[in-house]
Amino acid sequence: MADTAEVRSETQFEFITFSAGGQSFCLEITQIREIRRWTPVTALPHTPEDVLGVMNLRGAVIPIFDLAARFGLGSTPANERNVVIVAAVGGTTIGLLVESVSEILSVEKSAIQETPDIKSDATKHSILGMISVDETMVRVVNLDAVLETERGMS
Amino acid sequence: MSMNSIRDTFFEECEELLEALVEGLAQLEEAPDDTEVVNAVFRSVHSIKGGAGAFGLDRLVNFAHTFETVMDKVRDRELAVDEKLIGLFHRSGDMLSDLVASARDETELDDTNEASLFQELESYLGPGGEEEEFSFEAMTLDIDDPSPIAIDLPSENASSEHCFDIHFKPFKTLYENGHEPILIFDALAELGNLTSEVDLSGIPSFDEFDPSDSILSWKLRLTTSEPETTLHEVFEFVEGLCVLEISEGEAGTEKAGKPTVLEPVREAEEKAIGTASSGDGTASSTTEPNATPQSTASEKQEAGAPPVQPKENRGPKPTLRVDLDRVDRLINTVGELIINQAMISQRIEELDLPTVAHLTNELEAYKLLARDIQEGVMAIRAQPVKPLFQRMSRIVREASDATNKKAKLVTVGDSTEVDKTVIERLADPLTHMIRNAVDHGLEKSKDREAVGKDPTGTIRLSASHRSGSVFIEIADDGAGLDRERILAKAIEKDLVAADAELSEPEIDNLLFLPGFSTAGQVSNLSGRGVGMDVVKNAVQALGGRVSISSTPGKGTTFTIVLPLTLAVMDGFVISVSDQTMVIPIASILETIRPNARDVHIIGTDSEVVSVRGSYVPIVDVAESLGLTERQGSRGNGILLLVSTEGNGLTALRVTSIHDQRQVVIKSLESNYTAIRGVSAATILGDGKIALILDPEELIRLGHSGCADPLMPQNKMELRHG
Repeated sequence: MADTAEVRSETQFEFITFSAGGQSFCLEITQIREIRRWTPVTALPHTPEDVLGVMNLRGAVIPIFDLAARFGLGSTPANERNVVIVAAVGGTTIGLLVESVSEILSVEKSAIQETPDIKSDATKHSILGMISVDETMVRVVNLDAVLETERGMS
Repeated sequence: MSMNSIRDTFFEECEELLEALVEGLAQLEEAPDDTEVVNAVFRSVHSIKGGAGAFGLDRLVNFAHTFETVMDKVRDRELAVDEKLIGLFHRSGDMLSDLVASARDETELDDTNEASLFQELESYLGPGGEEEEFSFEAMTLDIDDPSPIAIDLPSENASSEHCFDIHFKPFKTLYENGHEPILIFDALAELGNLTSEVDLSGIPSFDEFDPSDSILSWKLRLTTSEPETTLHEVFEFVEGLCVLEISEGEAGTEKAGKPTVLEPVREAEEKAIGTASSGDGTASSTTEPNATPQSTASEKQEAGAPPVQPKENRGPKPTLRVDLDRVDRLINTVGELIINQAMISQRIEELDLPTVAHLTNELEAYKLLARDIQEGVMAIRAQPVKPLFQRMSRIVREASDATNKKAKLVTVGDSTEVDKTVIERLADPLTHMIRNAVDHGLEKSKDREAVGKDPTGTIRLSASHRSGSVFIEIADDGAGLDRERILAKAIEKDLVAADAELSEPEIDNLLFLPGFSTAGQVSNLSGRGVGMDVVKNAVQALGGRVSISSTPGKGTTFTIVLPLTLAVMDGFVISVSDQTMVIPIASILETIRPNARDVHIIGTDSEVVSVRGSYVPIVDVAESLGLTERQGSRGNGILLLVSTEGNGLTALRVTSIHDQRQVVIKSLESNYTAIRGVSAATILGDGKIALILDPEELIRLGHSGCADPLMPQNKMELRHG
């Protein structure tokens, strides 16, 4: 998204921030279709730990990923406040289970810092950039990466 | 309607006409003397020519014309239909289809083939016959077979002379389509005594004169012993392109009876104009070449004239072209409607109202309506495989020509309906497999004779619906796979280790490896480096799979199994472990609640059940899916007996069966990936998703054990439940 962000003429970006695995993440608002309360999903056989199963979204079957588990932060514990963020990448719609959704963040393009070189390439790939908000750091999720690893599996 | 969309319509019609042509030629092979068939074939070519003329596609017109002329000789019985001629017709049909395609896509076409076909066709025509044959005399051929008409005729009509008054006013399009009134008059003159009178009153002053317009009209009087239908047959090909009134009177008397009007019924307005017998100029300018010709049978009946038996449903069926996305959205919404209906029913039941009888009735009606809508919407996408299969007959022809082998294509089940997308994307792999079957599968005629086979090889292409899937089989009756050579080749190409011990199916499957090509010599047909792996990938992309079976000396069969992505399926709602799933009913032979003494353990943990004396292996569904750990005692549950392609009878163990119902198939792949053992998903009445099981794959998983090296072994857990 950093690349596309540079190309785009608008300087103002809106993100939705949420927490998963105790860390703060965000997604650009245009990628998010809706936010739903957690409802039990139908589990899928032969799938990795972070694929919780599939959910019925008005007739479409969409997979639900546990974002924390996906990023190696351990499974999200069951909680009333857990929500599913429904996001669209390309032609695919997926759901991400997160602990809670916090706020809408409006930032200047310049406020988004590129992910510095860190030890884990996987992490660098899945985090597009970072935004600093009131002394905390919010990670910009690369949705493509969430899907890619999945596609790579099969 | 813009010119472009008319053009599109023309090409759409061409597709249909070419299909009819191929079909007709196939029938002609069976019954070379059937006049109806000859006529139908002739009409297809002629209609293409007519349309092409209107769009100035000269090359197409020329070829169609020569083709049609030879066909005409057949109609006239000047030429007998033999194998050679049929072959030529087939090739000409292919050429015609190429010409149509090149005209449509505005691409250049290599004309060496065309020239040689021209020559071959013309060799059937007499010297200088070309110009003369540009006539429609041959239409009188149909007199040979007046029997269906004669029944309706009073006997005196058949013998005595009649006088017909004919008013003939061509529209502009008649000329544009290459028709020539004088030739029609010649044909009429052959029927009896013809007098004609031309009406010059329409000629405008020189300044206003448009040479391309139709101005003249004729009054003809024909005295003949032929029935009126014969006259109509003369005008058959200009139907809808002119104002035509034929009225019958006694010889020398005034005309009697209402006029019969043939006019295009494209629009009500035009109808009104056409019926006005004056044939004024407006009608000619508004008529379009693709107007649907239809005879107004009812008027003829009133007129007391012998009814013209409609030979066949001519003219294109009206079609509507709709964006596929729109159809898919509709299908989705209707699917939701069904689910919604189920949910409402369930909620009402839960309310436990005291008097619900009338409500239940209404709900039942709602359910039926919703199902009707669903079926209708689904039918939009489903199309018979027939056109696809028909195209393959051409591939067989070309491939057998190129390899000097004799081959014929037999198709079975071509009315099987398959999703449109599947049909489109199946064309390439199927073409490749058919070519392979001819090139590699079949032996040379000589070799076939040597082993006592029919010198003509047979490629059998069949389609059917089985266990919720579409099966397409390509079978040849050739020599079968040469497994030694395949293995040698694979070792040579370093695809397998030299000391590998492979079972027969494993050797067969080497064909699907990338970069494998078996042809001893590289022919220009196959062996272009594109192998069966491409076929396999294409089929897999459609969510299907390909398998081979081969018997030495008997032939090879490739089976493509495709999912019915958009269909509704009848399924059992079952419980597996604590999950609700659906299994296609079509794949289940019977359900068994086994007695403990019928279940036996073989080895450490393999189980069989005795079913009427034979032992059938048991596959535990929960274990195959990795829902439970492998364990010694699994409880009895319910066994579903299924028959599979590769593994014979197998019993699938599930926990319980709840219900039998129609489910809407939802693809898992669209938002996720395919999962082994699961063919799709569906949404149950409570809005929850249930997985639809794939019995074949489950059994394969069961037999190979859970330890599939490609899949991570993760025990499934329901969290957040």
